[in-house]
Formats: sequence, structure tokens, C-alpha cells
Amino acid sequence: MADTKYTKDHEWVRVDGNTATVGITDYAQEQLGDVVYVELPDVGKSVGAGDEAAVVESVKAASEVYAPISGEVVEINEALADAPNGVNEDAAGAGWFVKLKLSDASELEKLMSEDEYKSYLAELD
Amino acid sequence: MSTKTTFTGHRGLVYEEPLIFERSRDGACGVDLPEPEGVASRLGGMERQGGVGLPGLSEPEVMRHFVRLSQKNYSIDAGFYPLGSCTMKHNPRLNEKMARLPGFSDVHPLQPQSTVPGALELMSELARWLMDLTGMPAVAMSPKAGAHGELCGLMAIRSALEARGEADTRTRVLVPESAHGTNPATAAACGFTVDAIPATEDGRVDLAAFEAKLGPDVAGIMLTNPNTCGLFERDIRKIADAVHDAGGYFYCDGANFNAIVGRVKPGDLGVDAMHINLHKTFSTPHGGGGPGAGPVVLSDALAPFAPLPYVTSTGGELRLVEDEQSSDADPFGRMVAFHGQMGMFVRALSYMMSHGSDGLRQVAEDAVLNANYVLASLKDVMTASFEGPCMHEALFDDRFLKGTGVETLDFAKAMIDEGYHPMTVYFPLVVHGAMLIEPTETESKETLDNFIACMADLAKSAKAGDKTRFENAPELTPRRRLDETTAARKPVLRWTPPAPAQAAE
Repeated sequence: MADTKYTKDHEWVRVDGNTATVGITDYAQEQLGDVVYVELPDVGKSVGAGDEAAVVESVKAASEVYAPISGEVVEINEALADAPNGVNEDAAGAGWFVKLKLSDASELEKLMSEDEYKSYLAELD
Repeated sequence: MSTKTTFTGHRGLVYEEPLIFERSRDGACGVDLPEPEGVASRLGGMERQGGVGLPGLSEPEVMRHFVRLSQKNYSIDAGFYPLGSCTMKHNPRLNEKMARLPGFSDVHPLQPQSTVPGALELMSELARWLMDLTGMPAVAMSPKAGAHGELCGLMAIRSALEARGEADTRTRVLVPESAHGTNPATAAACGFTVDAIPATEDGRVDLAAFEAKLGPDVAGIMLTNPNTCGLFERDIRKIADAVHDAGGYFYCDGANFNAIVGRVKPGDLGVDAMHINLHKTFSTPHGGGGPGAGPVVLSDALAPFAPLPYVTSTGGELRLVEDEQSSDADPFGRMVAFHGQMGMFVRALSYMMSHGSDGLRQVAEDAVLNANYVLASLKDVMTASFEGPCMHEALFDDRFLKGTGVETLDFAKAMIDEGYHPMTVYFPLVVHGAMLIEPTETESKETLDNFIACMADLAKSAKAGDKTRFENAPELTPRRRLDETTAARKPVLRWTPPAPAQAAE
């Protein structure tokens, strides 16, 4: 399985070749509660690292999902439009948000590894 | 509790009321007239071919339907209503009496101006009070609610930037993290980009972070004061000076003006535009979504761009300026079809004149006193997010529920079983599991003591692990706990008629 990297805003990114899959972490979905709506960008849109890439809305709040790295949107998870609960059920897998065509692989180095993210979460509690 | 079911589905004298369409019966409404004899139709084949889809009920049935629905409504007239950020103000009956005077309630917006000098005078007098209480030189009366007022203020700012030739370069609006969601939405709707300002540990704008964000592309700042954490922004003068020095404007969200009326004049704080929610600050029942009124006071820099229509005085005679040709200023346009929310203007002015300026000051002071009483009484039972004193609302978070398995939502639902409308929950977003309590200024100490005792008792139950009191709450309401997730994911927004038993003729 490819290496997964994390942001402080609780997004994850997993790179496979030239494509990076982006989602929110299990911790994020748990904090949000039941997700009721996901707004995804158009395919072809270019996003910079830290730009708003999507919006996730739960019964508690609406939050922005930021692109962990820059790139062009090549695919979006259409299934979330009809079944936003996918984010709650499998945030780290089937509940992914967008796939980006990687523009600068070195940006990945600035993100947290799984262990680093876990200790970051421990600090938050 | 009783699990008794009834034959009718009603519970006691609380009725299960179907939709009005479900109550509809063919032929139940209207007047029975005999078929005319010896009259030929002159509609040339254009006669109606079927029903028009309106419900058919007799007058008493309609009356019962709406009375039953009204009994399911909750209001400040029925009980304590501590909804934070919403200011459920006491609505004196005198306001209603004034608003029902035929001279106000029966006027039509298209009447000739010469027939409504009283209405114009009322608008002019209310405007004078608003300018005096805020220390501002101008006011746009027509915006219909808070967010509409924000739009008015930002459009005035945009017009001022256009007049300076800087509309294309000043495109960024700074908004604190704790702002009402309408602030960034308004800025975005006006074509600006939104840049969030972080908060300090004590819940105020981070002045250093704010100053670092200033630049030649900043159009202005949108700031709520007192802010959404119920705290006064101590650095507001410095913020105003800094944004002005950087060439931007200062929009103040006046949603919480009720906490400072008579004590602070926003004009003295360097504000360029601020909306005033008449329904919050100067009363008018507004639970359930309306109506609202959001006049916007403007500084000298923005006053020339105030929207149409407005009331002006020439030679002691009041007149309504309704188009750009008859305006000697530079209005940015018109935001409403007519002249504003007249019924609320009457109520607001009645409220002002019956309280007087000293009375309005006391209203603000009582609101702040009540909130601080709640904060002081509950800060050791629940967890207060920030050190007091607060302004008109007290903010708590869910740290006291940590490890209990009870969440803010469960706590709020259990309050309903106890006969309390919950406070605002999960807002503002800057604290975890927020509970924002804003007691009405007229509540007695006895009412507040009862509420505080109930909150303390619920907190004790949660900490003692009595989850049953929370997990299915509310249990004593007609509908129990609603499935908010399904309601949001698969909303049923439209009534679908049942398939007809037989084909239409």
C-alpha cells in the first residue's frame, strides 16, 4: 500500500505514481459527525497546496477541505453526491474526495507521516 | 414514562395534525350555488378542465388547522428562550398596539406621498434615533434583515472604492474566525475574497495577525462587536485605525448591538458601516424565521452611496427620494421594491420612545447582567470557554462532558424534556461542542435560578454516567429524537398527492 501523508487540518493524501488521492481522516469524520453533504470541485480545476478543494457539511457544521498539495483535479468521488455517508463509513478509503495530478512531489515532504499524525492527535486531546 | 398508545394517535389534548392537503375534502369549501339555467358558456372551450390543486376545507377546519400548528410553536411569550446569538427580546404589547393603528397598518406602499406624512415622519424619527444611538451621520433604512444589511454595507464600500478607482485592486476582506457565517458569505457575494483572522487565547481578534494581513489589496474588515464569543473586542479602536491607515473600511456587524446600546456609540469606535437588527435590538417577535429589519448606519465616507429610497427633508417637508435623478447624492442603487419593513419600524420606534435613552441603556445593562449571572453560576458546573465577564451571552464548551459519552447535542435534547428551549449549540466554531446561552434581559432572578439549577442537575447526571437521561432525549415531546441525519441527507420537501382513485373526467 502506498505511503499516506497527513495535514494538520486532518486531510490525508496517498500518492500512486503521478496521482494523489485526497480525503479527510477518520478523526475528522468522527469530529464532524454524520456527513450530510459533500461539495466537490470540477475536474480540470487547478488547486495550490492549502487551497480550498472541497466542502464537507455535517449535522454540526460545514468545513472546508484543503488540498494538501498542489495539482490538477483529475477525478472526483461522484459516489459521495448520493451517499455522503461514505465519508463516515470509510474515510481513509472509499470515502476519498478528489484525485489530483501531482505537480510538485517535493511538497509531500512537508506533510506528516502516519506516526507523526498519530502523535499530533494525541497532543490535541 | 408512559408508552400508552391511543386510538386516535393524539396524546392528551396535543393533536397529531396532518398537512392541510391531507385534510382536504372535495366540496368542503366555497358556496353552493345552483347551476344557472338558460345561460350558455361564453368561454369558448376555455372552461377549467380539472381542479387547481388547492386544499378544500371549511372555515372552522382551516381555523383549527392553523391554531393547532400555532400551538406547536415555541416563543419567548411561552417560556425562557436562551438561544445565543439570536437575542430573543421581550416584545412589549404596546408595540403591537401601535403597529395596529390603522394609519400605520393600512397604508399601501404605492399611496401618494402626500397621503402618508405620518409614515414618513415615523421613518425619519426612527432614523434620527438610530443615528443618535450609534453616533453615525447617516442611515439606510430599507435593508430587510441582518445579512441584507451586511450586503448594503459592503455594496456601499464597493461603491466608495469604485469612486476612488480602487475597486479592482482592493479585493480582500478580512473576517475573524469567530464571525457569523453570513459575514464571509456577504463578502464573497459582493465579489471580494475572504481572509480569516485568527483569534487569541482569550477569544478576541489577534491584533498582530490582523495587522500582518493588512495591505494595499484590503477593502476592509468585517468585525462583530461584542463578538460571537460574547466578548467585547478591546482593541477595536486600534483595529479601526489600522484598517483606515491601510486605506480600507470598517464594517461592524451590529447583531450584538443590544449589549452596548446607550453605553457605546459605534461612531466613536471608527465604524464606517453597521447594520442594526431592529428585531433583536429594538424588539419584534422573530422566532421561526422572520420578519427582520436591518437598517445600516453609515459614516461620512460611505453616506453618499446609501441606497434608494430614503427620506429627506426640504424646507421642513419630508419626502421620499425614489430615483437617482431626484437624489443629490450618489446612491449605489436600490435593494428592495418598496421602502423597508414598516411594521418593524413602528415597533422599534415604540420600543425606543417608551424606554427612552436611559431605559434603552438599562435594557443593555440587564442583558449583560443576566448573562454574567448565568456565566458565574455555571462556570464551575459546566466549562466556560473564556474568562468572564462576558457581554450579553455566555459561552460554554463540552470539556465538562469529556469521557461521559454525552455530547453537546444530547445535553441540548435533554433540556427539551425539562421544558427548556436549548441554547445555540456547535456555534461559534472556535470552541469545541459550543453552548452559547443568551438570556433575555427581562428574565427574573427566579427564572434564571430555575434554569441554572436544571443545567447543574443535567451536568451532574452526565458526569455520574446517567446516559439514559440523554441518549434518546427528548422523550416527552410529540416527536421524540429526530433523525437529523436522514432529514438532511434525504429531505422530503414536497407533498405528493396520492394516486387518484379514478381517472379525471
